[in-house]
Amino acid sequence: MQIYLPIAEMSVNVFLILGLGSGVGFMSGLFGVGGGFLMTPLLIFLGIPPAVSVGTEAAQIVASSVSGVLAHWRRGNVDIKMGLILTVGGFIGSFGGVELFKWLRQAGQIDLVIALCYVVFLGIVGGLMFIESVQSLFKKPKSEAEMKAAKVAGWKEKLPFQVHFARSDLHCSVILPLALGLLVGVLAAIMGVGGGFIMVPAMIYILGMPTTVVVGTSLFQIIFVTANSTFLHATRNHTVDVVLALLLLLGGVIGAQIGAKMSVRLKGEQLRVLLAVIVLGVCIKLGIDLVSVPGDLFTLGAGGKH
Amino acid sequence: MKRLILSLALALGLVPPALMFGRVPPAMAAEPLVADLSKHLVAITTGFAGTDVLLFGAVEGDGEVVVVVRGPNREEMVRRKDKQAGIWINSGAAHIRNAPSFYAVASTKPIDKLAPTPVLERHQIGLDHLDLEIDSTDAAADPGQYRDAVIRLKQKKGLYGTETLPVSLLSHRLFRTDLHFPANVPVGTYLVEVYLIHDGEVVSAQTTPLIISKIGIGADVYDFANQQAVAYGILAIVLAASAGWLAAIAFKK
Repeated sequence: MQIYLPIAEMSVNVFLILGLGSGVGFMSGLFGVGGGFLMTPLLIFLGIPPAVSVGTEAAQIVASSVSGVLAHWRRGNVDIKMGLILTVGGFIGSFGGVELFKWLRQAGQIDLVIALCYVVFLGIVGGLMFIESVQSLFKKPKSEAEMKAAKVAGWKEKLPFQVHFARSDLHCSVILPLALGLLVGVLAAIMGVGGGFIMVPAMIYILGMPTTVVVGTSLFQIIFVTANSTFLHATRNHTVDVVLALLLLLGGVIGAQIGAKMSVRLKGEQLRVLLAVIVLGVCIKLGIDLVSVPGDLFTLGAGGKH
Repeated sequence: MKRLILSLALALGLVPPALMFGRVPPAMAAEPLVADLSKHLVAITTGFAGTDVLLFGAVEGDGEVVVVVRGPNREEMVRRKDKQAGIWINSGAAHIRNAPSFYAVASTKPIDKLAPTPVLERHQIGLDHLDLEIDSTDAAADPGQYRDAVIRLKQKKGLYGTETLPVSLLSHRLFRTDLHFPANVPVGTYLVEVYLIHDGEVVSAQTTPLIISKIGIGADVYDFANQQAVAYGILAIVLAASAGWLAAIAFKK
């Protein structure tokens, strides 16, 4: 059954999109990640224009983060103060990111920049995750993370505007979460992701937040930052397709619930190795596409709308 | 909806073809060529997956029938990739100012056997004879490459015909052909030009407009997204957030 997407201006198979939504939803339920880093490249691969993929995926992440944060909220695992400061940084970042996106799109380099961001950030995060989880599969000690935290503690205390975060039981300069929020905000707007895969490790290793509040706080700020980039993509670029977003949502919701139930039966380390392999797989695929000779050296440019 | 009414008026032939087509010989008592479409409006609805439009008509006298379907011109941007520092980067670009957004030719005979090149070029019959204005800023590739590229890329999207489609001619009088429009067909006012060619000359021609327009929910969503972007953006967020919230409640147990 075909359905016409009014903004993407093409028709797609309903069941394909529902399947894609539930597949990625399943993964995000299983691993506790947003899944944007899988969904956006897959949508582009299906032939949805990259700009529409990124804009629409931002709307879908709003939904999955709202859905995900509620459980953490009930358990009190959201550091609201930290979340709000990250959101302020994220807002500024997503404004900059969407403007950058618009500019790159006109310059014809948006596809390249999206692909490069994916290769670099998925490579770093996937690589670190892989090494760490393989180590923890074979070895017991977990001192490495503590050592890293201790190493950065020195310069962190010298920064001005130190604030106490009661929920995280943490003293830290406002500059750190603001800068982190800003960086992730830019990336979220350009890559069509929530940025949890960068935010979560950064919160643990750079901010030194306790792991119990990390996921809830990350989801909390992702809601606002992706809501802002959805709004900006809709108003500045006209690239948010609500029909596509609703289809992805429908599949995603069901998939995520099944995934979350499955994850209880698997061990944490095994899950992380698996996730690292998937992240690295996406990274390698996009990397190969960048260096291998394209099927056609010429492309019809984007930005020719209307 | 005003746009639609205007489009329909155009489709129903309120604009005389002669206005659009200066070279038509003056109307005679017996029209040498009459043609019409099975429908003058292609509605892109939510379930749209491409459509066929039947073109039919009759000719008086000898000759071959050629049909050209042309979508509204738009400016296209073609970019060329080059390897820089190991990766393939868009390095050159050209604007093509007057590329038809859709182009297909149907004919009773291969077109190059019908008329000499100047005649085909004058009427822009056939992809080889399209008058494309290529504005290239790329010194490393010649405009011809960009011309080939835009045609090839449009063909890959199914928007330019890869071959001349057949027109069936019944007892040298009645003709018909099926025009196919794929799901990704651009919207706008199309012109379906029918030529009667005899002895290498166009002896008669007729132009019929065909409107391709988004209708229904899809069209409303598109208009809303473009005309009231702020409200659309807010609605998209509210929709997404409430869907997520509903999902969490529904699966809470």
